[in-house]
Amino acid sequence: MSVLIFIDLVDGQVKKAAHEALTYGAKLAAQMGTTAEGVVLGSEVSSDLGELGAHGVAKIHQVSGDGFKEGDAQVFAKVVADVAEATGADVVVFSNNTSGKAIAPRVAVRLKAGLVSGAVALPETDGSFLVRKNVFSGKAFAKVSVKTAKKVIALNVNSFTIENGDGKAEVVPFRAEVPTSKIKVIGSNKTTGKVSLTEAEVVVSAGRGMKGPENWGIVEDLATALDAALACSRPVADAHWRPHNEHVGQTGVAIAPNLYVAVGISGAIQHLAGVNRSKVIVVINKDPEAPFFKAADYGIVGDVFEVLPKFTEAVKKVKGVA
Amino acid sequence: MKILVCISKTPDTTAKIAFTDNNTKFAEAGVQWIINPYDEWYALVKALELKEADASITLHLLHVGGTDSEPVIRKALALGGDEAIRVNAVPTDSYSVAAQIAAVAKDGGYDLIFTGKETIDYNNGVIGGMVAEMLDLPYIALATSFQLAGTTATVKREIEGGEETVEVQLPVVVSCQKGMAEARIPNMRGIMAARTKPLRVVEPVAAENYTEVAEFGLPPAKAGVKLVSPDNVEELVRLLHEEARVI
Repeated sequence: MSVLIFIDLVDGQVKKAAHEALTYGAKLAAQMGTTAEGVVLGSEVSSDLGELGAHGVAKIHQVSGDGFKEGDAQVFAKVVADVAEATGADVVVFSNNTSGKAIAPRVAVRLKAGLVSGAVALPETDGSFLVRKNVFSGKAFAKVSVKTAKKVIALNVNSFTIENGDGKAEVVPFRAEVPTSKIKVIGSNKTTGKVSLTEAEVVVSAGRGMKGPENWGIVEDLATALDAALACSRPVADAHWRPHNEHVGQTGVAIAPNLYVAVGISGAIQHLAGVNRSKVIVVINKDPEAPFFKAADYGIVGDVFEVLPKFTEAVKKVKGVA
Repeated sequence: MKILVCISKTPDTTAKIAFTDNNTKFAEAGVQWIINPYDEWYALVKALELKEADASITLHLLHVGGTDSEPVIRKALALGGDEAIRVNAVPTDSYSVAAQIAAVAKDGGYDLIFTGKETIDYNNGVIGGMVAEMLDLPYIALATSFQLAGTTATVKREIEGGEETVEVQLPVVVSCQKGMAEARIPNMRGIMAARTKPLRVVEPVAAENYTEVAEFGLPPAKAGVKLVSPDNVEELVRLLHEEARVI
């Protein structure tokens, strides 16, 4: 009996989402009176895996080899399920990031385990197993009862605070039969160096109020000052003013940053559905009737072209970079 | 070549979200039902594009749901597709729905199975992966572009911090999102044709429910917006720094 946490590697690095999953899994194990163990697939890791013990995991199983380079969910799922079975894991925890979304459902089928995808809190484990998740694009939540003996949880990114103690994890090799990947990566296009939108703690997002793609400079300046990721509304992505991977909303990316700054976005219900999990929402819009103000924590009714440069300067002052 | 597109039914994006029966059921009264946008705009339209490029392709739509789903299935058929299959079961759990889809897919011998990346009601996004595992097929999640040459598919998918292009041999399961295709509006000819297209009803296979919703709830209402004058942007930054502590 134990909790197994899948440690996702992005270019050999353990990113924020994996640290969140590790903290979550370790806390769940403590709550269930059992131990937490991690599993990492691949040999090339740019940091000391033992350090991850700080989140409360006792042991990390590392499966080496080149078989994971293509990111084939079928290969990953087979090996993670093998490790789960060999270690007697009752619960397997994933981050609900792009890898988790592909692998967790397959692992759940292999283990005949009930899956909660998009969990936002630790389960209630007294007698039942109830996991809270967002539904209706964040407009409501559900407590999902998992009825199977084994469980799989995929934790939403930016939903759980990372905690560090001073533990060290023992890294042990795990020998698994790694099937041949059925997919082949032939190219990639990464926004290296930039914070990914779903992991970003601050997001600056702009809409039609910017009047055209040529005006994005002042949005980018604010994002740079805030160390924020850029996002946009659907009309902006549809008009090809910005790339579609920046589109947040019900049919785009759903995000939950600490701070969401919406500039020139009216706040249609479909947009709110993608951002309503943000902890603090700031709205800047010249229309005082914009529905977004109802969902905002702070707002400025004013011309974005005047407000944004002032905002950027004030942020730089507070951050001591001006 | 046979393509199967999985279609789910969801409340309209502007529907009021409320619950009944002691907060255990979604309040359906007065709700407009639509095809889940990811299934319609991206999965179905991409499949239509493939069929338009190669008339020999057979395109089936699959839905798991009761008779009350039929208007939504006809709406999907109005966009295109040769026939629809409805598995006569009320969907309550991802695993059991995936088991129904896998059973139909296995019998039908499909080369390509498309789903949307998630439904906008339960936001699970797990059906494609589960179906792929049940059928022992490769799965490309979160696809933003899809091209076919013979039996080789070239797919762009979202990964952490960007996109990558992968090659895979059919058969394959793909979950579709923005970028795959542009949303379409059905025309009158399509709507007329949809009325007479075959809609086959099949009975469900035995499948267990692994999960159930014990309780729904609504998040607490916001306290209300604090407005700051546009002439005093420093005050906004001060509030974000000292009060909200997010800068």
